[in-house]
Amino acid sequence: MAVGTQAITVRNLSKTYATRSGAVAALERATFSVGEGEFVAVVGPSGCGKSTLLKILAGILTSSSGEALLRGTLIAGPRKDIGVVFQSPVLFPWRTVLDNVLLPVDVQRLGRARHEQVGVDLLTLVGLKGFEGKYPWELSGGMQQRVAITRALVHDPAMLLMDEPFGALDAMTREHMNLELQRIWMERQKTVLFITHSIPEAVFLADRVLVMTARPGRLLDDIRVDQPRPRPLEVMNTPVFGAHVRHIRNLFNVQGRIDG
Amino acid sequence: MKNMRNVAVTLAIFAGSLGAWEAVVRAFEIPIFILPPPSQVAMALYRGIASGLYINHLGYTLLETLLGFIAGSLLGFFLGTAVAMNRWVEFFLYPYIVMFQSLPKVALAPLIVVWFGLGLTSKVINAALVAFFPLLVNTMVGLKSADEDRVSLMRSLAASDRQIFWMLRLPNALPFVMAGLDVAMIFALIGAIVAEFVGAQRGLGMLIQSMNFNMDVSGQFSILLILSFVGLVLNRGIMLIRKRVMFWDPSEKRAIETSPEEAAPVAGRAVATPAKEGI
Repeated sequence: MAVGTQAITVRNLSKTYATRSGAVAALERATFSVGEGEFVAVVGPSGCGKSTLLKILAGILTSSSGEALLRGTLIAGPRKDIGVVFQSPVLFPWRTVLDNVLLPVDVQRLGRARHEQVGVDLLTLVGLKGFEGKYPWELSGGMQQRVAITRALVHDPAMLLMDEPFGALDAMTREHMNLELQRIWMERQKTVLFITHSIPEAVFLADRVLVMTARPGRLLDDIRVDQPRPRPLEVMNTPVFGAHVRHIRNLFNVQGRIDG
Repeated sequence: MKNMRNVAVTLAIFAGSLGAWEAVVRAFEIPIFILPPPSQVAMALYRGIASGLYINHLGYTLLETLLGFIAGSLLGFFLGTAVAMNRWVEFFLYPYIVMFQSLPKVALAPLIVVWFGLGLTSKVINAALVAFFPLLVNTMVGLKSADEDRVSLMRSLAASDRQIFWMLRLPNALPFVMAGLDVAMIFALIGAIVAEFVGAQRGLGMLIQSMNFNMDVSGQFSILLILSFVGLVLNRGIMLIRKRVMFWDPSEKRAIETSPEEAAPVAGRAVATPAKEGI
């Protein structure tokens, strides 16, 4: 991947939540950067501040200290040049599939007429041609999540933030969605920050895997995965893939022993 | 085929209970001013309708009910919106709402009649007062119950508060508002009837009251029949609107089914658990 300008730059980013039992550090001095067009996965155990990191980058949560930049400008609030995919599809039941996809266009007043075709084309790209007029409840979980991905792409954002988007899907659908996402990413060449707690998923999808520790979330390692694309699912059975997965898992195990 | 059988069974049960009622009243020679047999009730109903008496009073009661329903619902909806969307309004108004809510509103009917007279106004106000709370509470709950993830999504798209209201909170509140309307409709009818009991010159409630004085129990039964029929029609009307408004709700597709096998999931379709609200 061409790593010229930095799409995301994060420096000493920390977040502390005030709770009844005192301050809880969710994220501690995270520092990393993501290149333009790069696919970066963040793995870590539950409650390691992955989602906090994503919410700060999405501009819906403010950091306690440190800074986060998007294409060189400080993130000071929600921005129109990002697309977010959450763990659940978060579709609006009163909107059709196409209307759900066009939600960013409606919110940001980008002109429905100009974007309707974009929406239809994107739905075709994710394999949902012909579902434009359906309502969310008529779709399976995997299909709903594909609608959510389409929605995140429709306003042509600079980057995609994905918060465990396939976490709620069954194993088979999940593998299929991984392939689909890779295909969509190769076609669109967006910068992607992909949060997951599945080590194989991270290694399969990403150019780089950032490993985070349990609370407070700190960056433990930054692993480059040099595998040719498109990667078929069989990649998961190769020794190189296995070595990466083992390495990351060992990092967590060592961490676990330290924590006692 | 199954449906036909269900209809047949329903009719048989209905005819059976009427027959039993008639038989018991005749066998034990129960006086007509205590419990009239169904045949007497039917006669009274026929006489009342044929003479035009019932239609006249029914029209008046319906007018009171509908005006009260509209006024109470609108007020409840807008105040509920204000309370849900503005924390200052909530802070200063909510204590009074809670206080007023626990009051049985029909107990105010005598006062209202004293203040607003025996005519239409007092009935409409009483009906509105009773219809007001289900809307207020359900609108409040509905607007506040927007899913956190959906709010996050809207925020991540840089949506304004106004946009979040119109594109997310309001449609999200619709099932709750519709459930509130459902309750408010029947409550408005109750409010109007009770106010007529207290003091009125026209209306079915007033008619029941005067029949009671004359020990015309058959007549009272016949009006009860009309009132439950009116309640049913009003309820159906709301259901039709609900189907229109909530076209996207899959549970609406099943709501029409009436066979016992289907009844359970329909009853369980409480998408919006309407806040229970006493009169």
